[in-house]
Amino acid sequence: MIGGLFIYNHKGEVLISRVYRDDIGRNAVDAFRVNVIHARQQVRSPVTNIARTSFFHVKRSNIWLAAVTKQNVNAAMVFEFLYKMCDVMTAYFGKISEENIKNNFVLIYELLDEILDFGYPQNSETGALKTFITQQGIKSQLQTKEEQSQITSQVTGQIGWRREGIKYRRNELFLDVLESVNLLMSPQGQVLSAHVSGRVVMKSYLSGMPECKFGMNDKIVIDKQGKGGTTDEAGKSSGKQSIAIDDCTFHQCVRLSKFDSERSISFIPPDGEYELMRYRTTKDIILPFRVIPLVREVGRTKLEVKVVIKSNFKPSLLAQKIEVRIPTPLNTSGVQVICMKGKAKYKASENAIVWKIKRMAGMKESQISAEIELLPTNDKKKWARPPISMNFEVPFAPSGLKVRYLKVFEPKLNYSDHDVIKWVRYIGRSGIYETRC
Amino acid sequence: MEWASQLCENRGLGSKMTDSKYFTTTKKGEIFELKAELNSDKKEKKKEAVKKVIASMTVGKDVSALFPDVVNCMQTDNLELKKLVYLYLMNYAKSQPDMAIMAVNTFVKDCEDPNPLIRALAVRTMGCIRVDKITEYLCEPLRKCLKDEDPYVRKTAAVCVAKLHDINAQLVEDQGFLDTLKDLISDSNPMVVANAVAALSEIAESHPNSNLLDLNPQTINKLLTALNECTEWGQIFILDCLANYTPRDDRESQSICERVTPRLSHANSAVVLSAVKVLMKFMEMLPKDLDYYGTLLKKLAPPLVTLLSAEPELQYVALRNINLIVQKRPEILKHEMKVFFVKYNDPIYVKLEKLDIMIRLASQANIAQVLAELKEYATEVDVDFVRKAVRAIGRCAIKVEQSAERCVSTLLDLIQTKVNYVVQEAIVVIKDIFRKYPNKYESVIATLCENLDSLDEPEARAAMIWIVGEYAERIDNADELLESFLEGFHDESTQVQLQLLTAIVKLFLKKPTETQELVQQVLSLATQDSDNPDLRDRGYIYWRLLSTDPVAAKEVVLAEKPLISEETDLIEPTLLDELICHIGTLASVYHKPPSAFVEGGRGVQHKRLPARAGSGESAESPDVGQAVSAVSDAPPAVIPSQGDLLGDLLNLDLAPPTSNVPPVPSSMQMGAMDLLGGGLDSLMGDESETSASHYRTEVQSPQPPECSERELGGDVGGSPAMGVSLGGAPVGMPAGLGAAPAVGGGLGDLFDLGGGVGVTAGSYIPPKTVWLPAMKAKGLEISGTFARRSGVIHMDLSFTNKAMSVMTDFAIQFNKNSFGLAPAGPLQVLTPLSPNQTVDVSLPLSTTGPVMKMEPLNNLQVAVKNNIDVFYFSCQYPISLLFVEDGKMDRQVFLATWKDIPSENEAQFQIKDCHLNSDAASNKLQGSNIFTVAKRTVDTQDMLYQSVKLTNGIWMLAELRIQTGNPNSTDLELSVKCRAPEVSQYVYQCYELILRN
Repeated sequence: MIGGLFIYNHKGEVLISRVYRDDIGRNAVDAFRVNVIHARQQVRSPVTNIARTSFFHVKRSNIWLAAVTKQNVNAAMVFEFLYKMCDVMTAYFGKISEENIKNNFVLIYELLDEILDFGYPQNSETGALKTFITQQGIKSQLQTKEEQSQITSQVTGQIGWRREGIKYRRNELFLDVLESVNLLMSPQGQVLSAHVSGRVVMKSYLSGMPECKFGMNDKIVIDKQGKGGTTDEAGKSSGKQSIAIDDCTFHQCVRLSKFDSERSISFIPPDGEYELMRYRTTKDIILPFRVIPLVREVGRTKLEVKVVIKSNFKPSLLAQKIEVRIPTPLNTSGVQVICMKGKAKYKASENAIVWKIKRMAGMKESQISAEIELLPTNDKKKWARPPISMNFEVPFAPSGLKVRYLKVFEPKLNYSDHDVIKWVRYIGRSGIYETRC
Repeated sequence: MEWASQLCENRGLGSKMTDSKYFTTTKKGEIFELKAELNSDKKEKKKEAVKKVIASMTVGKDVSALFPDVVNCMQTDNLELKKLVYLYLMNYAKSQPDMAIMAVNTFVKDCEDPNPLIRALAVRTMGCIRVDKITEYLCEPLRKCLKDEDPYVRKTAAVCVAKLHDINAQLVEDQGFLDTLKDLISDSNPMVVANAVAALSEIAESHPNSNLLDLNPQTINKLLTALNECTEWGQIFILDCLANYTPRDDRESQSICERVTPRLSHANSAVVLSAVKVLMKFMEMLPKDLDYYGTLLKKLAPPLVTLLSAEPELQYVALRNINLIVQKRPEILKHEMKVFFVKYNDPIYVKLEKLDIMIRLASQANIAQVLAELKEYATEVDVDFVRKAVRAIGRCAIKVEQSAERCVSTLLDLIQTKVNYVVQEAIVVIKDIFRKYPNKYESVIATLCENLDSLDEPEARAAMIWIVGEYAERIDNADELLESFLEGFHDESTQVQLQLLTAIVKLFLKKPTETQELVQQVLSLATQDSDNPDLRDRGYIYWRLLSTDPVAAKEVVLAEKPLISEETDLIEPTLLDELICHIGTLASVYHKPPSAFVEGGRGVQHKRLPARAGSGESAESPDVGQAVSAVSDAPPAVIPSQGDLLGDLLNLDLAPPTSNVPPVPSSMQMGAMDLLGGGLDSLMGDESETSASHYRTEVQSPQPPECSERELGGDVGGSPAMGVSLGGAPVGMPAGLGAAPAVGGGLGDLFDLGGGVGVTAGSYIPPKTVWLPAMKAKGLEISGTFARRSGVIHMDLSFTNKAMSVMTDFAIQFNKNSFGLAPAGPLQVLTPLSPNQTVDVSLPLSTTGPVMKMEPLNNLQVAVKNNIDVFYFSCQYPISLLFVEDGKMDRQVFLATWKDIPSENEAQFQIKDCHLNSDAASNKLQGSNIFTVAKRTVDTQDMLYQSVKLTNGIWMLAELRIQTGNPNSTDLELSVKCRAPEVSQYVYQCYELILRN
């Protein structure tokens, strides 16, 4: 199991050091600093073995978090834990920075004591933690007995992510379907790989312990219903809109065995914002933009670049925050750009032409052309021609996912599904959206 | 004062959020100030002071002097302050054990507190204080807490048992905590169950044979129920524990799989990977024709792909595991090639791993896509990545024959880029393509030759030289090309020198008339001017061959080369199976068994995949019978990937490589035996396989060429043609010959010599004894002994045929044994054994085989097969065989370990009538890897403190007392201390054996 956990600033100074196991000594702190943080080379692996001690690290801005062990631990668990640790810290005091960590070091030690015992991760849901690790300096006597047992039963209980007795005057929930669409396209316009990784993020403000059921246009579910249904037509019409989900994962509140057997998504949600599910699709993806590059080398000191982008969705919808990044060689001396729409600039420090368009409706086309002048070099190494990448945001889900329903049942309190105000929003963003040139 | 002024400033900012002030550098006299503040009456001030103490502690300052003052603050109703004091205690209690006792009362009192959070806090902290006296007091409160009404306290107490066990295992057993812990598996609260499982699993690891977890269908059912309800972390503990269970039959296996599959949809990647581990393991038991088997295979792919959308660090862990899964069950991901395409922004460690998996998945169906990608990668920036991509193209060519032509043309395109390292890498892989498809692509040689000058890396130079030598007859100016390399012969690396030597000899055999001078030049460079024994020996062998029998030389040097295998970089199958059992863990990330990086006995037992249903084991000789029949299937050649980043990282500090290194087929044992390796390889005409070369194929049973069996005498001018060409040679030779006596004795002797090289003081090797009398084995008599040479365990066998008919087809197999000894390669009895003939074979052994405790511990059951029958016998090996070369313990560590091992583990022995003085004894023992850590002389006694490490990582410490004053008392006294006391007796036997011989 995890033998110790260290947090360093960018200089390699220790901000937090907590040792859980006897086999980890103080010298481990220095070993990591010397061999990883101060190493000359780029980090070649997130797991480092130094003198039979293994170090797992993640970096958040310029803060290093390192977990140390001498045993054959579950490596995936250690990284998941480190991410979780970051989440918990962010939930408590915001951005992970040297300043914040120093300001909250007592809190962090308290958290580390609670969520890691002898190197075994314990309940690390912020909802639960915040009920008893408060930094208010509560005197232990002030809590009533019921309060105490409520806390402990929540921390250890089956529904560790939600406390009892939550009340809202207005029961409300927000669903955000956030998708990032990833593309790798050849210069000839052939899709080399494309996939959507999506997340359903829920903000719930619901009283009591509500039982929820979530439905979407999952092909497997709809086909099943279609078979059971009376008319073939119903099956066909809904079948058109259904999507094939390659795989999905759920927040721990979702009953996985039920999903496995009936493919229904039922759960008691945590209070406030959380990620209900993640999914991935690869079939029938709507690619919102197509990039057509044309690069011509005119002699040894000049390049001509022409890039056309085409929007490929309903004309009534508007894409926003469009940015096309066209890489330029390292020996670029000057660039002249002409674009039909938006603004384009050559950024020497980033070795790229950045073309920004605020808004663009569907089924439109725009173009940029640039002349790049090069300094003659005798460097034999050819320019690697990095791909042209794109960023954008569109108000629909490129996977085609639709939320069909989210039903809420709370048998003990007297509000029904109809009383809950529900909001659904779809946002499609570019993930890694690249076209080779 | 600085502090005061800072505090004032902070007040201006608001009193709370400015704890960072505690990190400011301090000055002399600080401890004194803190002391005063800690003893202040004001609570706030006290708390501030404790915070400052903790901050100093974090930065690494020694604030242990404040111990009593901090402990005084413990009695408080402020929970935050209490936790801070506890944190301090955990850090310093060990250095101040007496003072730590002061805290006991508060702990005991807190364990009775009405608030469950405080009860749990107390028991949690107490378990972290590693002071004997405190642990005594811990027992009663812990017992209560294990049965506490509050689940939060129980789950904390469960972990505390593991803590206590780590400090004092005996105490935990005596107090019956293990039983209470077992009861907690049936607890109503899932988190208590999960923590109890975690604690039990950990304790069980240090007692391999205790059957502590006692997994049976009932407990498994309880675990599976808890699995649905507990936290994500708890699910991981339970799944990891489940993976250690072996279902009784395929039906149970299937029902567990069914209940585990829903976990594949969990958001936590570790839960998913642990579930994959359980499924991969239990799948082994399912019949392949079962519908469910196919369903399961289909279900595994999507979650594995989803892991690749996690954060990069997790992606890396996932990819290392997928690499194993793809090798074990290629069918799972065969259609998912695209997801492994490299993204421009992937971190380099993700890129390299993806590339590896792409090659494994490459097949005729997707090769076009793969090649297009690889070509793209070859123009990237990162040098390592580009090199690997180029190499990958070569591997595709070798793997998918249909693509070879396209691969070669892609490589030629890349050579045209003239980027230096791309060209070199391309040449190295083209050499392998030539090996795989002889006489097909030689038209490109001209292009390769153009780049001769730009090659500056030994591997590329060696590859190019090989090509020139191999195709000398087609390259007009081959002699010029090779001659140009000869100029700087002594500045080249060994790899290049060896290759150059071989290439020129080939050239000479192909075009004898024009190249006499050249070959003489290289032979004299290699034999007379070089200090490198490898080179000298190879030179002499060629010289001899050429001067004795040029026809034979031609047959040997220009022999048909064995084809190189298609699959490269495969992990050796038994290791792969073991790693599959470790999916998700560090072992799967390093691709090494835990014993290679975990110290001590913990978790080093080898895990095995369960056997498929229906492969019933016969009662008499389990495993052996059926295994022998499988032996004839030669294990696939394994090629260590040189670019393996992690491997390199690990080797950095794991040196010297001991038997922990994964088992390798015999052809690779040459590391320490280059003399033999280089020589034999080249005799086989397998020149590209020098010891340092990257690609390595299995050298199939190196059959000694006829000529070398002949006595070579002094008659060098045996053949007239040679006599002329080597006219000057004999003059220089006699001295050289003396230095290489092996040459005269034929290859058999060479083999022995090779084996002996590298043994320092010479470990004691018992004489061969008859293990299997001819009476019992239809005329086959086997005698043998064991030896450890240059870190490799060998079983030296003599087979004598006392029957009337010829014996062939020998194979050998071991039953499971205490230390996992297993043949590291097939038994190589090369020629049929005719009646009354004896053949000596040295079989290298690895220690990564299946483990089962034997009685006696050093018993080894062996099965040998030949064309007549299968024969069984058992023999006992001296345990000194398992003593590894890096068994010398640091003095400090020795002291600490000696104290750490309980005295009941100490065993006393007497060695009678031994006339050695302490130095002689020490030397003798060192030869068998028993290392003297320290020596002390008290009165008339010399005491040697010695350490020994076994291949499975167990340390043994010994104290050897030798009387120096009285010549009449010749008895030595030996006391051995070890965590596994049952070994002591065998260690004593070794001492006896070694000291007496």
